[in-house]
Amino acid sequence: MDVQLLTYIIVGAAFALYIAIALWSRASSTGEFYVAGGGVHPIANGMATAADWMSAASFISMAGIISFMGRDGSVYLMGWTGGYVLLALLLAPYLRKFGKFTVPDFIGDRYYSNTARLVAVICLIFISFTYIAGQMRGVGIVFSRFLEVDINTGVIIGMAIVFIYAVLGGMKGITYTQVAQYCVLIFAYMVPAIFISILMTGNPIPQLGFGSKLLTEDIYLLDKLNLVLNDIGFNSYTDFNKSKIDIFCITAALMIGTAGLPHVIVRFFTVPRVKDARTSAGWALLFIAILYLTAPAVSSFARLNFVNTVDNTAYADTPNWFKNWEDIGLISWTDKNKDGIIQYRSGNALEKNKPQFTSERGQYNQRLVINNPTSNANEIYIDRDIMVLANPEIAKLPNWVIALVAAGALAAALSTAAGLLLVISSAVSHDLMKKTIKPSITEKQELLLARISAATAIIIAGIFGIYPPAFVAQVVAFAFGLAAASIFPALVMGIFSKRMNQYGAICGMLSGLTFTASYIVFFKFISPEYNNQEYWFLGISPEGIGVIGMVINFLIAIIISSITKPPPIEVYKIVDIIRMPGGK
Amino acid sequence: MNKEKINKYSYWKANLKIVSILLSIWFISSFGAGIIFSDFLDKIKIGGFELGFWFAQQGSIIIFVLLIVIYCFLMNRLDKKFEVSED
Repeated sequence: MDVQLLTYIIVGAAFALYIAIALWSRASSTGEFYVAGGGVHPIANGMATAADWMSAASFISMAGIISFMGRDGSVYLMGWTGGYVLLALLLAPYLRKFGKFTVPDFIGDRYYSNTARLVAVICLIFISFTYIAGQMRGVGIVFSRFLEVDINTGVIIGMAIVFIYAVLGGMKGITYTQVAQYCVLIFAYMVPAIFISILMTGNPIPQLGFGSKLLTEDIYLLDKLNLVLNDIGFNSYTDFNKSKIDIFCITAALMIGTAGLPHVIVRFFTVPRVKDARTSAGWALLFIAILYLTAPAVSSFARLNFVNTVDNTAYADTPNWFKNWEDIGLISWTDKNKDGIIQYRSGNALEKNKPQFTSERGQYNQRLVINNPTSNANEIYIDRDIMVLANPEIAKLPNWVIALVAAGALAAALSTAAGLLLVISSAVSHDLMKKTIKPSITEKQELLLARISAATAIIIAGIFGIYPPAFVAQVVAFAFGLAAASIFPALVMGIFSKRMNQYGAICGMLSGLTFTASYIVFFKFISPEYNNQEYWFLGISPEGIGVIGMVINFLIAIIISSITKPPPIEVYKIVDIIRMPGGK
Repeated sequence: MNKEKINKYSYWKANLKIVSILLSIWFISSFGAGIIFSDFLDKIKIGGFELGFWFAQQGSIIIFVLLIVIYCFLMNRLDKKFEVSED
């Protein structure tokens, strides 16, 4: 069967499964809508958390980015897993004991202030929308390549599916669809990785495979990769390119940001007991680690395969996948030396890097671009996002594997989008309406409102997908930096310091937020020409600056709270209660 | 201080001790082995992996999972000892 038909069958079956689960697990109360009634088994919650967490970026982009960044890519591997240790040890059990619905709930109650609640709501909405924009782009890419519908239709189909299970089922529906989505995505990720590992090294375990020798030559895979890359002018794959302080700060910002992301934290409100919150964090990280330990293996396989297949090959002899992705516009080839043969070297092939295609074809039927070629010898532009999707084709795996990967990528994007939509809708209906603007609404009205805001959020997310803002990639740094600099310190101090009061917490959040946001906005949007090591504060890039924002938040909060009056006695009682699992 | 208060105090102290020890290991295995001391560790090679590289892309993640498992075990034991467990 051809790829197209197989993809329709596999993706269609997966979608039918998600909808069936949604119909089976409809939410009937706000408790079920916000936190699935607080009765989810820790293993199920662990899987749901993993699916929630592993987005289109983890599934589609991460291995590709590491493939091209080499060792520097470690920041994502450590950064997006290490945060779970912070979450499990510093936040999850205590927030579960607190036992309300949302993150702003905790901040509002602990700091006895609706201002604090409002600041938390603003941070949360900003972080979540930033993230969703990225998911919808992922859905668009997969649909346009594998289902050959245009991106807009693809996004609308994706929106409709999420709409059904998020609006009907709330957290309850989302949780159980996410369990199914985790199974789909991890299977889809592992199968090609195992295949490729066997083909290249003979070892069926990819994690060991990329530390083994190649089947074709008596040399370790990573050593071979270094040699091949050095030959064509790249640095070694296993060497750092960024400065160590920058690597350190980016890793820390991603870790702390992960622990401060509201859609992840809220998952730990869904389990029955404090003990389950801890266990559940363990399961979540285990399920995440399976993908994250495989990704760096996939990255090194893919890079070596890519160089071997593409470099020094006549354009006419390139495999189908190369031309398919070229048609979509994510690969381009500019025949600089007019020999009809592809030269892949380091450096950007084109001025302004991203190709702008004309409608014309060149001498070899390649797509032509209007960009001026650069003076280096590189002739290839490749979008890093396609590595995982193209990997099975590059390695010549059977068609059903390619179809499976498409279903997995969609599962990853949809599950994360649904989790984020729920956080946004609960922030609006619960924190903004019920707790701040109109406390008199009944539970029924609140539930309706939650559904309406989820539906609105889906439409906004869809618009992001159809008209992707050009700055999606740049603002991802925002989401993590802001979570690290605003929400995380407020939560940690709320639990570990009884003396912290509302003035300290609010000033801390605002100063951390302002500092981080202005640093990122300055270097990414106002003056991108200064965005290099020379001008960075202590040599820290905008991606890593959230750490400094966090330190500022902590310092300001501690100073302000020590010179203002301590929190009321009830707050001391709240803190005492959340520190102990059982009893009052 | 009454018995309940002493209990609360020593439970929290024991909790903080567990958390700080585990977080030190968390820091050493990721920021330490994967970044700060990676040049030194890279001189050691196991199979095709330079050790610092392995820690940054594999080892640290494995240790993270183990840390949470150990944390669950220690905290459950502590909850039982202080009779604050929810069962």
